[in-house]
Amino acid sequence: MRPETEAELAQIIRETRVPLSVTGGGSRLRPDEGQGQRLETTGLSGVVLYEPAALTVVVRAGTLLQDLQQILASEGQMLAFEPDLRPGSTIGGVAASNSSGPRRVLVGACRDAMLGVRFVDGRGQVISNGGRVMKNVTGYDLVKLMAGSRGTLGVLSEIALRTAPLPPCAVTLALPGLDAAAALPALTAALSGPFDVSGAGWLPDAGVLLRLEGLPVSVRERRRALTDRLAPFGSLIESDAALWPRLVPRMAQGDLWRVICRPSEAPALLAHLPQVLAMDWGGALIWADLPAGQAPDLPPWSGHATRVTGDHAMTLPATAPLVARLNDSLRRRFDPRALFQGGA
Amino acid sequence: MQMPVANAAIVARRAAIVARLRQAVPDAVIDDPAETRAYECDALSAYRCPPLAVVLPADTAQVATVLRICHEEGVPVVPRGAGTSLAGGAMPTADAVVIGLSRMTALLQVDLTDRLIRVQAGRTNLSVTQAVEGQGFFYAPDPSSQLACAIGGNIAMNSGGAHCLKYGVTTNNLLGVTLVLMDGSVVELGGPMGEAPGLDLLGVVCGSEGQLGIVTEATLRILPRPAGARPALIAFDSSETAGACVAAIIRAGILPVAIEFMDRPCIRATEAFANAGYPDCEALLIVEVEGTAPEIDEQMALIRQIAQGFAPLEFRESRSEDESRRIWLGRKSAFGAMGQINDYMCLDGTIPVSALPQVLGGIAELSRRFGLDVANVFHAGDGNMHPLILYDANAPGELQRCEDMGAEILKLCVRVGGCLTGEHGVGVEKRELMTEQFSDIDLEAQMRVKDVFDHAWLLNPAKVFPLAISAPRRQGTADAA
Repeated sequence: MRPETEAELAQIIRETRVPLSVTGGGSRLRPDEGQGQRLETTGLSGVVLYEPAALTVVVRAGTLLQDLQQILASEGQMLAFEPDLRPGSTIGGVAASNSSGPRRVLVGACRDAMLGVRFVDGRGQVISNGGRVMKNVTGYDLVKLMAGSRGTLGVLSEIALRTAPLPPCAVTLALPGLDAAAALPALTAALSGPFDVSGAGWLPDAGVLLRLEGLPVSVRERRRALTDRLAPFGSLIESDAALWPRLVPRMAQGDLWRVICRPSEAPALLAHLPQVLAMDWGGALIWADLPAGQAPDLPPWSGHATRVTGDHAMTLPATAPLVARLNDSLRRRFDPRALFQGGA
Repeated sequence: MQMPVANAAIVARRAAIVARLRQAVPDAVIDDPAETRAYECDALSAYRCPPLAVVLPADTAQVATVLRICHEEGVPVVPRGAGTSLAGGAMPTADAVVIGLSRMTALLQVDLTDRLIRVQAGRTNLSVTQAVEGQGFFYAPDPSSQLACAIGGNIAMNSGGAHCLKYGVTTNNLLGVTLVLMDGSVVELGGPMGEAPGLDLLGVVCGSEGQLGIVTEATLRILPRPAGARPALIAFDSSETAGACVAAIIRAGILPVAIEFMDRPCIRATEAFANAGYPDCEALLIVEVEGTAPEIDEQMALIRQIAQGFAPLEFRESRSEDESRRIWLGRKSAFGAMGQINDYMCLDGTIPVSALPQVLGGIAELSRRFGLDVANVFHAGDGNMHPLILYDANAPGELQRCEDMGAEILKLCVRVGGCLTGEHGVGVEKRELMTEQFSDIDLEAQMRVKDVFDHAWLLNPAKVFPLAISAPRRQGTADAA
């Protein structure tokens, strides 16, 4: 099913008698998702409103991410949160998975750039929340609740997003030769000073990666200061911007795991993760390749690990019972017939 | 202001309820009417009501104990940070227990590697920054009340401030909370990067005006302090030109940390009060940029170039600490200055920046129609307006006229694509206007969230939602959803 309007989408949901699997381009599905009858949002596409001077764009959920990025680029702008580009990926899928790239260390996640949403809940009701202004505390922030909810509360039909100017100047810098553990203190040093680092990651073959963006003099100044600060870890060399997309690995030999932690907890986790594919967000995000079907044996830490590819979904540690109850109750209120949770 | 009639059965059991609370948390209960007076209102002092009792717990466990008792007794609870809410968010009712966070000010953890700080929720906003500024860090959200307001209240209202154009508001800087639900159960929300598996419960708790639970501890993101900052003051012969200049600066790809706007009535009052040396003009902008000296020079040169296109009466770039202080002095004194010359009502609607000329024109027209003067001061970078409607509180009917005019201005904000409140919250003040921005279905969806966290609607119950719409839930007569 592929509705062309929000009203049609609402009607489909009201009338369905089988569980649905809501997808944009289907490019961000995780294990166990996508089992119900396919409901594609790609028919709900197009920019509703774009005001470059207000740094806002309102776009229908099924709009291709690539198309939206092109429209913004034509006005010298971009999405602030840097979602990774996948063939067929839609902005609705990006929002539903709260897909947030390396720039998160400076500007926040997808949810932080989401100003408003329209969505159809499991009762087939069209709900609007938030708006298209940057500051808004009118009522509850259901926008955040929808961000990253992976289609379990309703189907996004429209999203208002904050845009950002494309930086006039950008430079990717590297400290090659550092292993993952040695990279952590260097990343922390880079993020603990006034350098406005807009990307801080690590790749096995490239070492520490850092990015500076902005006006030319400003980038030059910060590069000099950052080079001084990181001198104890080696000399900062200019590297390749094409490396940044690799900080979001998509495949693994076994199962791909996404581990969120505090950077101070990362060393202990790294010791239990034999095959680390990448680190991002200054060490707060670790991508690991683990034998298929196995759960990693991780020490206690404050974050969580999620299996992103493989046969079955798994998240460690188990969600606290009270939090799980709140999650389930909210889902039941918005989706009383469990249409959106067929497999997930 | 209509408030629900207090539950007489609860008021009649006052002595027994107070005794039970006192037994559980002996040194924390206030019931002497002389002492509870201080809790009759928050900073929206036009509306007040003595609470049933006040409890000042010391920690999460005590908050949980008090909430459990109130839950069992069916007593409404009004959470209170420092009482600086401008929308009546902490205003009590006669049948409600106020839980104040003023004793919960402990600094629990500073972690510079993870760039976070954990505090009890009663700690003031400014003292969070003070705890880490020696190590070169700061906490970004900076509401004007930052000297007094509590982090717990900031989270309840999702507070912002002058610098949010670059750094975001509370929700963008909050990593986690300890939350006590109405039944006394304690839950940890958020995690590293603010992320947790499942739904973003932290995101919906932030800004929920103390209706979903009481935040007792908070983990906040701290940021490296910039090398320096410098403001410029730009004077214009019309508000429209000033507004157009704001749009042009943002359009050019420069992201200043703050762009503040003041119009002539506001400038005049401020000058008489603080004598900051502002130019005689129709409107002025204060634009602040950050970085090292060469970085600031580079940004300022661009801003100057853009501003020249709008033929400013004056472009005054700060050359010293003292000049910077004086440029900000007038803006920071604006509210106090207006209070000196008149009673005023401060509105808080937010609009798309592109609608600025239209809204300023609309406000001027309403000012003529209602016969009340308006002074405008606001965060222009993010469209958060603060029209101050001047009135005489002693003149019969003038407060009502002022409120009516305020409602018209907020409706105008919504009509041009904005919202009722950008940072103050809905509270009791804008409750009945919510239907201007939301349909009944939209409001029902929000109320479902409260059902999940607080099924009996005991936490801060008569706030945020129009009274008629929330009545079935507050009175326990709603169908189980």
